[in-house]
Amino acid sequence: MTPIIKLLRSTAFKISLIYLLVTAVGTGLVLGRVGWNVTHLIDAQIRQTVDTDITGLSEQYSEGGIAQLVAAIERRSRQPGAGLYLVTTRAGEPIVGNVSSLPEGVLSQPGLVITDYLRAGETTGSHRAIARIFQLPGGFRLLVGHDIEEGMRLRRIFVGALITSLIWLVIIGTIGGLWIARRVLHRVDTINDKARAIVGGDLSARLPSAGTGDELDRLVDNLNSMLDRISLLAVGLREVSDNIAHDLKTPLTRLRSRAEQALQFSKSPEDYRVALEKVIEESDSLIRIFNALLMIARAEAGAGPDNLVDFDAADVARDVGELYEPAAEDRGLGLDVEAAPGLMLHGSRELIGQAVANLVDNALKYGVPPKGAEARVSIAAKRLGPMIEISVGDHGPGIAPADRERVQERFVRLENSRSRPGSGLGLSLAAAVARLHRGTLRFEDNAPGLRAVLSLPAAASLPPKLAPPAPRGEAA
Amino acid sequence: MSSMRILIIEDDTEAANYLAKALREAGHLADHAADGLEGYDKARDGGYDVLVVDRMLPKLDGLSLIGGLRAQKLETPVLILSALGQVDDRVKGLRAGGDDYLTKPYAFSELLARIEVLARRKSSGAGEETVYRVGALELDRLSHKLTRNGKEIILQPREFRLLEYLMKHAGQVVTRTMLLENVWDYHFDPQTNVIDVHISRLRAKIDKGFEPQLLQTIRGAGYMIRDANH
Repeated sequence: MTPIIKLLRSTAFKISLIYLLVTAVGTGLVLGRVGWNVTHLIDAQIRQTVDTDITGLSEQYSEGGIAQLVAAIERRSRQPGAGLYLVTTRAGEPIVGNVSSLPEGVLSQPGLVITDYLRAGETTGSHRAIARIFQLPGGFRLLVGHDIEEGMRLRRIFVGALITSLIWLVIIGTIGGLWIARRVLHRVDTINDKARAIVGGDLSARLPSAGTGDELDRLVDNLNSMLDRISLLAVGLREVSDNIAHDLKTPLTRLRSRAEQALQFSKSPEDYRVALEKVIEESDSLIRIFNALLMIARAEAGAGPDNLVDFDAADVARDVGELYEPAAEDRGLGLDVEAAPGLMLHGSRELIGQAVANLVDNALKYGVPPKGAEARVSIAAKRLGPMIEISVGDHGPGIAPADRERVQERFVRLENSRSRPGSGLGLSLAAAVARLHRGTLRFEDNAPGLRAVLSLPAAASLPPKLAPPAPRGEAA
Repeated sequence: MSSMRILIIEDDTEAANYLAKALREAGHLADHAADGLEGYDKARDGGYDVLVVDRMLPKLDGLSLIGGLRAQKLETPVLILSALGQVDDRVKGLRAGGDDYLTKPYAFSELLARIEVLARRKSSGAGEETVYRVGALELDRLSHKLTRNGKEIILQPREFRLLEYLMKHAGQVVTRTMLLENVWDYHFDPQTNVIDVHISRLRAKIDKGFEPQLLQTIRGAGYMIRDANH
């Protein structure tokens, strides 16, 4: 596309053209109206002058007949700036008057006419006049009129002014439109060039702003903050995929080498059986990682579950507590639940239950206190303003404040937990579930130990959503 | 467990053949249909005890197939297999008329346990009695009383529900996930061995000091309660 076509197709130019058209029509209407009014006024004045003349002359005629009329006309036509007068015989011979020449046949039609004429004493340069023609008794004809050349000229001036101003308007408007379009197009082009560079992969580039704070600048500012967000996500995504590659490849490598070893070294069916069982175990842990990743991805994409229900957070706390209590006791930990009923949440009971279970699971794994300290895991649910907080506290070594954000990321496992079983996804999943329900997961000092707090908006403070009917009961 | 007729409706032939072979190994009769329409025809005419239906099938998808069968008043129990494991998908599957839902990839022992539970529920209407008996163990569902050899055993409410579920399916393998689903109503996979610990507590209450041991661990599968002397 050539630059000039690009310019002509630009929105700014099109808008200028529309504006130009509106202005031209407006100017035409105003000038036209003024011109019409002025010439109309002049016409009316002339007619009135002619009519006044006629009234005076008809008085003269009725007083003294044709002789007095001729005398009056003779007098009047000698006055400066006089009207036009002519009296002729039946044959058309002029008797008196200041008109020397008229077109053929004008005098034979009584009434109002507009006609060209020559004034007495002039030979060239016919003028235009408005005149009234009368037939008098005895075959005499009378013409009383007035020159209208003045009005004609005025009309021509108005029409000329109208046309010139419209021509200038179009010229200036088009040039102005092109200039504005070029200016806007230039800015848009710079933005487009940068945008193309960004699309081309340079995510660190930003769109230029002119610093004037106009609407384009505001658009650019917003697009730039969008780009900031995108590059943040891209960095996060790269980290995540690196982590996924690492954390999925590790068990995959183990799986593969176990199978390989089984082929190489197994001597008896029993050897094969043991090796295959290990292989299944490895693949099960891979499946678990995979499921957790999928669920986190889904929660983060905001595609929440559609079977949302109202349920009591206290029930979830008690259920999960009761589920884990024997396991806790097995590890020498006490587990208590403190939750008064009536803490209604709206969301997925299943996902929130799983999030709480993950927190308890973590507390059982990492919350074992040093000898002599109180070995207790506490689950509590309570209301705090518009939020409902489900917390899981332990008296283990806790998490250093610097690491508290980091442990919510995928696959992050703190150094002292690397040796223990786990995927590093439990807390990420809990955090994703919290975000999905427009809540948060945070970690606090349990003095000593760690308290994980799942803070979720209470049912009433969430917009109501359509809850589908309850699923069919027992599945087995 | 007597032999069952099972129809596998699954487009992945290799997976279906493996499944059919394993089911025959377990003493059942297994047929295979490779697409939704074939599966629908066979299921309608074949007199099967259980249908194993993949959710994504060529020609007619799994959920529509089940809907069609249910509309024809065919009440054969259906186990849905799906690669979609999210909570919603399970709910959708069960709402469409499925009786149970299993996410791929699955352990064969899990599938077998669920199929057998489904088939028995259909054949005998099992589990509707008010008193369950296994050997000398008696569980009264109305009075919530449990006795062994006439001696009362006190259980926590959840332990009672756990035992009730096991006894309802006495003689059948019940997996850990089935217990978590039916006793706790959660479908996630607890990483800790929480269910095992509950079972060993229950075992301490109902089997300790008695003979024979009724609550058995089935290696690689789950648990089963039965009277070995019968």
